[in-house]
Amino acid sequence: MSSANWYKYSSPATFYSLAGRMIPWFYAAAAVLSVIGLYIGFVLAPTDFQQGESYRIIFIHVPASWMSMFIYVVMAVWAAFGLAFNTRLSFMMMSALAPTGAMLTFVALWTGALWGKPTWGAWWVWDARLTSELILFFLYIGFMALQAAIDDPRRADRAGALIALVGVINVPIIYFSVRWWNTLHQGASVSVNKAPSMATIMLTGMLVMAFAVWMYAIAAALSRARSIILERERNSQWVAQLLESKE
Amino acid sequence: MSTLQTVSALLRRELMLAMRRRGDVLTVLFFFVIVASLFPLGVGPDTQLLRLMGGGVVWVSALLAAMLSLGRLFANDHADGTLEQLILTPTPPVIWITGKILAHWMVSGVPLILVAPVLGIQFGLSNEALVVLMFSLLLGTPVLSLIGAVGAALTLGLRGGGVLVSLLVLPLYIPVLIFGAGAVDGAMSGLGAEAHLSLLGSVLILAFMLTPWAVSAALRISME
Repeated sequence: MSSANWYKYSSPATFYSLAGRMIPWFYAAAAVLSVIGLYIGFVLAPTDFQQGESYRIIFIHVPASWMSMFIYVVMAVWAAFGLAFNTRLSFMMMSALAPTGAMLTFVALWTGALWGKPTWGAWWVWDARLTSELILFFLYIGFMALQAAIDDPRRADRAGALIALVGVINVPIIYFSVRWWNTLHQGASVSVNKAPSMATIMLTGMLVMAFAVWMYAIAAALSRARSIILERERNSQWVAQLLESKE
Repeated sequence: MSTLQTVSALLRRELMLAMRRRGDVLTVLFFFVIVASLFPLGVGPDTQLLRLMGGGVVWVSALLAAMLSLGRLFANDHADGTLEQLILTPTPPVIWITGKILAHWMVSGVPLILVAPVLGIQFGLSNEALVVLMFSLLLGTPVLSLIGAVGAALTLGLRGGGVLVSLLVLPLYIPVLIFGAGAVDGAMSGLGAEAHLSLLGSVLILAFMLTPWAVSAALRISME
């Protein structure tokens, strides 16, 4: 039999203090990992013989784009949990993840442009991956705009969850349609797939950075969830007590 | 009432309402024509360029026109309480929702299909491409109504619902745009349009199976 009562942690009051204790650890892990990752990426990793120094932006670009996609899936999982079990906390986590995901999508697009200029000779190419990342950015914006437009928190939660689920079903369809469109419309551009296999040290740096971004995303989402909890529960007993003890 | 009777009664009602407000239907249709006519003015009258762009331009205009007409889908029925009555009926929501979406397509999608060849001729599409354009719109515009219905149901009664619905729905329309415009391109370049049309058909089947459930959930969320 399972002894842990997971529902205990779905109570906002319990979660609020638990998250408060966990956040510093995640931020610390993110800081340590990014120092290691950036050291590997910018000091230890050798210069690429084709792309020169400009390739080093992948140590930020690739982790950001991986996490931007991953966070959307996590958001959809929280959305499904929220709709299935009717737990408010799941919706709060979903809403808390969206801004971080959108920010990382933007970072991925921005660094992609910075990398594209010296490598492809253009800030923007209608490459399949770039285009799907841009569409992912639109999906995040749509999600946040819908939640912002609804005043009733219960409706905002559920409407957001539904659009997140609709989005996650569409993401693979969009990705493959864009890829197909791209192969038909324009000739082969430089692709990471075709590049010679990556040196181990570069891969290590990229993975460490991915973990750093992951830890940062968790910490940021938890802090945002805490703010959402305080805002939603401002009239409850435990928040009043919390504020009194702070004074 | 049987399912078929319900759907046909609903269809008759929706079509009658549309006939009484012919202006709404025509507005969307002229919007479609105007948007498509803006592109040559923007990029210049080069026939070769316009022929290349034609399919894509007509499709983008169809996307925008379909989106513009989404407001009509549920908003009026929401305002006068019809929607609540429909939810209270014993008919499963998925049935009448499918009926409403079908009616919406007949009113806002079918006119686009009929006018599209005229626009295609203006862009210098070949005869074969014109047929493909109509056929791709025939397969694609129902998907626009189906996906759009989810957005329309979610934004029911919200501030700035019209702009919001475009943010939600336009990214989801992208596969339809790619396959639809791709079919026309295929016909123009001689590559053939079958692959794109088949994909468009499969998107239609998928959307037809899934979206009525999503719309039903969205309406429950918006109405409670």
